[in-house]
This record gives sequence, structure tokens and C-alpha cells, in this order.
Amino acid sequence: MTVDSSPVKFTPARPGQPGPDVRTIGGGRPVFRAELPDGRIVWLVSGYENVREMLIDQRFSRALAVAPGRAQPGFEMSAAGSISGMDPPGHTRLRKLVASAFTVRRVEALRPRVASIVDQLIDAMAGEPQPTDLVAGFSLPLPAQVICEMLGVPAADLGQFHAWSDTIIGDWQRDADEIMTAVVELYGYFGTLIEIKRAQPVDDLISALIAARDNTDRLSEHELTAMCCALLIAGHETTANHINLSLLLLLDHPGQVATLRADPKLIPGAVEELLRCTRLGGLPPARVTSEDVRLGGVTIPAGELVIPLYSTANRDRSVFTDPDRLDVTRAAASHLAFGAGVHHCLGAQLARVELQEAFRGLIGRLPGLRLAVPGSDLEYKPGMAIHSLRALPVRWDEP
Amino acid sequence: MTRWKVCVDKKVCISSAMCVAIAPGRFVLDKQQQSGPVEAEIDPDEEVRDAAASCPSEAISLVDADTGQPVDLD
Repeated sequence: MTVDSSPVKFTPARPGQPGPDVRTIGGGRPVFRAELPDGRIVWLVSGYENVREMLIDQRFSRALAVAPGRAQPGFEMSAAGSISGMDPPGHTRLRKLVASAFTVRRVEALRPRVASIVDQLIDAMAGEPQPTDLVAGFSLPLPAQVICEMLGVPAADLGQFHAWSDTIIGDWQRDADEIMTAVVELYGYFGTLIEIKRAQPVDDLISALIAARDNTDRLSEHELTAMCCALLIAGHETTANHINLSLLLLLDHPGQVATLRADPKLIPGAVEELLRCTRLGGLPPARVTSEDVRLGGVTIPAGELVIPLYSTANRDRSVFTDPDRLDVTRAAASHLAFGAGVHHCLGAQLARVELQEAFRGLIGRLPGLRLAVPGSDLEYKPGMAIHSLRALPVRWDEP
Repeated sequence: MTRWKVCVDKKVCISSAMCVAIAPGRFVLDKQQQSGPVEAEIDPDEEVRDAAASCPSEAISLVDADTGQPVDLD
């Protein structure tokens, strides 16, 4: 039996602003019904234990959430048939095909290449007049270059990708037809690239996935294309904006920047703390209950949309002492910024290495790094999926 | 009948909880959110094999209890 009053109005946090206080908005209930600005009625799940329990429970289905008629415009419409929109066992079959490329061990082997891209980008920025746009000069090209090299996508095509990617994940208010056109064009691009690599395989992830399809029939042609699109989009927009948002947060805490500059060995731990504290997007992807599920003291009926609020898990005071305080020396690695369970971020280790090398470079090589405009002048692309900055003008002290 | 020994290296576990979700009832998280097998020796189980193959930190090892050889994860 469900005991619950009418849904509370819930507006996700705008970029750069604190979100609604879930401890009070749900009337003290950790799992509660809410009405979103677009009119959808959902269950919101807050608190570390509840969010974690939900993420590892297969009765909260991603496949049901992206099914036709249920999927939201944009990212969700492109998620059907890709690993972000599937459940086990289909999800497991696909995930295993790519898991080995993103393990701690394999990604650690990429670290020197990541560090070298960081250095090249900083060299290039240092040769230009200040102020410099960090988005165009650093935070976007770093992860984009890395994922393109892993997949085997020509870096020259990056500009086109950003246009598609912005349309698909940037603005959910956009006309649905426009989003679908971008999805179709992106799929078409990869369809062509797959044929080129099928004829002439090389040592990259796309060629390996083609071999998995053609030699052992472990994925369909659609799944192959969807996987390439998902890896490319997930592989750069997230990390790029995490660099931006983390830097903004750090710049508000000059003492902590000084701590990191004095002792770069603290950077990996600082990256975990920044992952814990930064709110990368609006609302995380929804699940739909496949049956009645008991969670956080209530019963969520079958067929309901359920959204885990990661930010409340990462600021749960039963897990993190004084959770609203940024402390780069804190042991923060148990945060849920990468999710948990079968959809735990495939690129988590890659993101960690990219963020660690990015901050080693930014803090170590650009002393006095600071915003070149007031923080209130920063503009985000419209939409809900990811808090994506248009530009991040910065200055630093010339040597 | 072959048996598998299941081990999780807590030094490398990154608490993704992938295994707990893929093979419910086979793995359990401790207070530090790190995984361990519910039973150290099991009958061959495809979900446990999937969990080992999907672990992002390659923390799960499966070994044939008779021969001591690693179980093929493919």
C-alpha cells in the first residue's frame, strides 16, 4: 500500500546555483512523489543508502524508461538500444564487449598520452594573448581528443560532433524533430565510419567492436552503431564540463588551490572530492519500476518513473562529515558521482585519469589561474542533461 | 562437477557495485562499500562469470577449484 500525499513541485537546480533542499522539500521523506517542470510525475530518491540500493536493484529498469512513448526528447530518445538504455542480460552482453577497454589497468596505460595532450593544450594556450577561453582551449579538446583516439574517430570531425552532441544532450526544450535529425545524422556518420573500418580494420575500439559483431555475432549492427555514438558523446561532454565546474568550485577556495599546488600528490584525492561536490547536470536518467518495490519506507508501484538524486547521496551527512564543505584532503572516494550497479559509468576510470592530469596541468603550470569575467556573466547552454558552459574566460600570471 | 573459487581483491575494488547488481545474492558490499563473495566456492554460474568480466577494476578472480586454473571470462 502506498501512503503518500499529492506530489510536491520540484525544479532541478540551475547551473551554478544550489539545488532545492531535498531534506525539507520531501517533507522529511527520503523517497517521495514530485511534479517536474515539464509536468511529469516521478518518484525522487534521496540519501546515500536509498540511492545506492536503487541503483543496484534490477527492478528499477532503464529499458522501460526509454521505451517508445516513455522516453524524453533528446538523450533518452537515442538511448534505446544503447547500453545506457538497456537492462541485464542484454546490457551485460554489450557492456562486456567494451568493459576491458576501460578497466583501471588499461586506462592507466593511457595516462602518459593524456598528460601529453594536457601539456600540448596548455602550451598552446600560453602562446595566445589572455584572456583565454578554457572551454575551447582545454576542457573540451582534452577528453574529445582522448575518446577520438580510443575509438578511432578522425579528430578533424570533432566540430561536427559537437553540433550533434549539443543538439542531442544540450537542449531538451528543443523541437523533438530537430533532435531526431541530429540522432539520425550522428548514426549515419558512424554507419559510414564503420564501413570504412570494416574494410580496413585498425587497432582501435571501433574495429574491435566490428570484429565482435562480424566474427562472433555478439551485437547487432544497430547496437554497434549505438555503442559508438554513446561512447563518443558520453566520453567528452561529461568530462569537459566536470573540468569546468570543478575549476569554478576550486577558484572559490583559493586556500585549497594553494594546498594542491604545494602538494600535487593530493590531486587524485581532490578529484574525488570535486566529483562528490560538483553537480554535473540537472536530473539523472530515470528508471521505471518493473514491479512494486519497497524503498526508503514507501512502496513504489510498478510502472512509475523513479529518479535517483545523486547530489543528495554525495552530501549525505551520515556518510560525509560536514558534507557541504569542500575539503580536498577528505577521503571522498565512496561518492556516487559515477552511479553504481550495472550502469556505473563505463568511463569512470578514464574520467579520473583525465581529471587528475587536467588539474595537475592547470594548477601546476598556470599559477594565479582565475576567472577573467564575473562568475555571474558565465552562460550555460540551455537544457537539463548537463550543465554545459558556453565559454570559460580565464587569466593567469605570466611567468 | 567443477566448482569455482570466487575472490575479490579489496585493494583494487572501486565500489562500483557492478557485481552486486549483475549477480544478485552472489556478492555483498561491506561497510566500506567494498565487495566480497557471499560464498567463497560455488557451482559454475554465468552471472558470476559476467560480474567478473564486467568489473571495472578487474578485482574479481574466478578459479577452477580442482585445477587452480583461471576460469575463462568470455
